[in-house]
Amino acid sequence: MLRFLVRRVLAAVVILVLISAVTYVLFFALPIDPAQLSCGKSCTPQNIALIHRNLGLDKPVPVQWWDYVSGVFTGRHLPLGNCPAPCLGLSFTNDTPIWSTLMDRFPTTLSLGVGGAAIFLTVGVGLGLLSAWRQGRLTDRIASAVSLLGQSVQIYFIGPLAIFLFADRLGWLDAGHDPDWSSDPVGSLSGVILPCLVMSVIFWSNYSRQTRSLMIEQLSEEHVRTARAKGMGSAYVFFRYALRGAMGPIITIFGIDLGSILGGTVITESTFGLHGLGQLAVSAVLGTDLPMEMGVMLFGATAIVAFNILIDACYAFIDPRIRL
Amino acid sequence: MTTVTTPQPRPEPPAPRGTGDPFLSVRDLRVRFATEDGEVRAVDGLSFDLERGRTLGIVGESGSGKSVTNLAVLGLHDPRGTTVSGRVTLDGQELLGAPRKRLEKLRGAKMSMIFQDSLTALSPYYTVGRQIAEPYRKHTGASRHRARQRAVEMLGRVGIPQPQRRVDDFPHQFSGGMRQRAMIALALVCDPQLLIADEPTTALDVTVQAQILDLLKDLQRQTGTSIVFVTHDLGVVADVCDDVLVMYAGRCVETGTVRDILKTPEHPYSWGLLSSIPRLKAPVDVPLRPIPGSPPSLLDPPPGCPFHPRCAFRDEVAGDRCATERPQLLLTGARGSACHLDGDRKRAIFADRIRPALGRRPEAASPAAAGPEGPDADRTAEPEADRTVADEPAAEPEADQGEGNR
Ligand SMILES: Nc1ncnc2c1ncn2[C@@H]1O[C@H](COP(=O)(O)OP(=O)(O)OP(=O)(O)O)[C@@H](O)[C@H]1O
Ligand code: SF4
Ligand SMILES: [Mg+2]
Repeated sequence: MLRFLVRRVLAAVVILVLISAVTYVLFFALPIDPAQLSCGKSCTPQNIALIHRNLGLDKPVPVQWWDYVSGVFTGRHLPLGNCPAPCLGLSFTNDTPIWSTLMDRFPTTLSLGVGGAAIFLTVGVGLGLLSAWRQGRLTDRIASAVSLLGQSVQIYFIGPLAIFLFADRLGWLDAGHDPDWSSDPVGSLSGVILPCLVMSVIFWSNYSRQTRSLMIEQLSEEHVRTARAKGMGSAYVFFRYALRGAMGPIITIFGIDLGSILGGTVITESTFGLHGLGQLAVSAVLGTDLPMEMGVMLFGATAIVAFNILIDACYAFIDPRIRL
Repeated sequence: MTTVTTPQPRPEPPAPRGTGDPFLSVRDLRVRFATEDGEVRAVDGLSFDLERGRTLGIVGESGSGKSVTNLAVLGLHDPRGTTVSGRVTLDGQELLGAPRKRLEKLRGAKMSMIFQDSLTALSPYYTVGRQIAEPYRKHTGASRHRARQRAVEMLGRVGIPQPQRRVDDFPHQFSGGMRQRAMIALALVCDPQLLIADEPTTALDVTVQAQILDLLKDLQRQTGTSIVFVTHDLGVVADVCDDVLVMYAGRCVETGTVRDILKTPEHPYSWGLLSSIPRLKAPVDVPLRPIPGSPPSLLDPPPGCPFHPRCAFRDEVAGDRCATERPQLLLTGARGSACHLDGDRKRAIFADRIRPALGRRPEAASPAAAGPEGPDADRTAEPEADRTVADEPAAEPEADQGEGNR
């Protein structure tokens, strides 16, 4: 297990270094001069040179990149202000450290991602299990129909609809606000329920379809038949043997979907007017705040890589044939 | 109830054939699958009996319905699109159509099954010990600790070294032979009175196969279990079975004692099976492709005798009855075959045309007894076979009774 973790973390570091290099080149070296961007139309060459020096853009690109990466671990003293240890640079718009803004916004995104995933796993896998259990019967068809709902809708379409129905009309749920888990856990929970629900809907059909077919496949496996031949009850066989076999592939699918989950949170944030990483990225792009764009991107990539390692560890935990 | 559940050796051999009620009785079993192409008649009017402590071998080509028969007996067939009819009684208790809960109580306890491929038949997610202990806990109500002890004991009994340690291994940590032993331990953990072994040794090499067969014979001697043994290998049949049922296209075409079937088979299909035994030291796991042509479609079986498209002897039957009239299984006692050829004709054909062409006798082809002799040595077996053939008609005085298909 330890060897696995060390290996995977090292691999992840390599991946992240590559990602940071590519994004750095994309953002700072290729398109337009960031100095030009940050100083606007009426810019004198002197101004540009000053900004270059302030941003460290007068050095060669590899050196800039190296300063950036080492700054993540050591912190940097930039001409425009101090940038403590996990330093991802300072924002073009307000000169504050990127990292502190990220930390500010991250809880919203994490809440949406984790909450939404928990809901779509429960609903999607649950519907799939129900369909497989009652395969070919009415329940199967109803469950498939319910999950199909999710396939044909978009977050930005059902989001406002859900706010109108559940928040404005029925008053059952909060219309959504940014969570602050440490000071107001209950309020935070009620603030993210509706966004999480809405976000989860688009994932239902995939998980219920996959779960259904995985379970049907598992139920015809020989080891499941052996369990029945031992006289184990059908529910026991269904959950202990068939579901056990289907769990690995479901988790694999989940790992592949991490990126889409992040994408889902971005759309959900803007639909519900929440202030998470997605909204941060959008405003950074609109305001051409390059360090912020780069920071969000790196942060998202790191999160996905980290979750992937976690998922692989889960996988090994579930399947004894994989020894780490 | 005269059930024997203790593992003590039985002092008396089982009751002789033909007396008392059979332990397992299958009557006119029909299993049909609804498929997109139509109805598959996988088992079509099969009847057989199995008494306590005896072993019935079921042989037949791939697709003849052996596995479907056994799964239907245990109620393990996929219920969707499957129609099962007929009667299956175990110790007087009707199994077909019995409530699910009742079947679950019987399965793994009174009747159990060994599957062919132990790699896929054991769950990769649980330890071998847990998989063995599970049915024991369910059926006996034993504690977790006691069930684990029982699993260790069973692993020891089937010859797994260091069972105390191996009990916590996962199936993938076992070798193929050990897995098959674990599968047997699993099937036997509750001392079943009926054991169905569906090609339990096909995937194994000759030495392991012989060990496992010995193990089954030992266990049967100790517990008096009745065994249904499905196999492709007539050598194995000769080694372990008391009675044999030859299946073709979902029907029984010939049945009798192992001696009947191997020494004086009466059905042209059985002759084909016998001729298919390799002459030299038999490699294990040779699929039976004995007879030219392939098994008939079960969707649209040929009229008359299902074997007639491949049968070399249909011309011997007058009026082309083979192509029009289905031969009934005519039983004399427990011996009989489903063929229009009359008794004398069959015996004459076998003695004059089939037997001389046979190579090694099946006994010698059994893995335990396989020796290094070449085809020449086979001739020494001939006189004995001659005597058997000569004896046989005298032992068959009764008239044929149509008993097999009702
Ligand atoms: N669920 C099913 N649906 C349709 N046809 C089936 C089904 N199960 C089995 N069959 C068919 O029934 C026939 C008998 O199959 P079965 O598995 O009993 O053969 P077998 O004698 O055990 O062969 P083998 O020696 O290869 O194990 C085959 O033709 C098979 O294709
Ligand atoms: S009934 Fe006719 S076709 Fe069928 S096995 Fe006998 S001789 Fe051959
Ligand atoms: Mg089979």
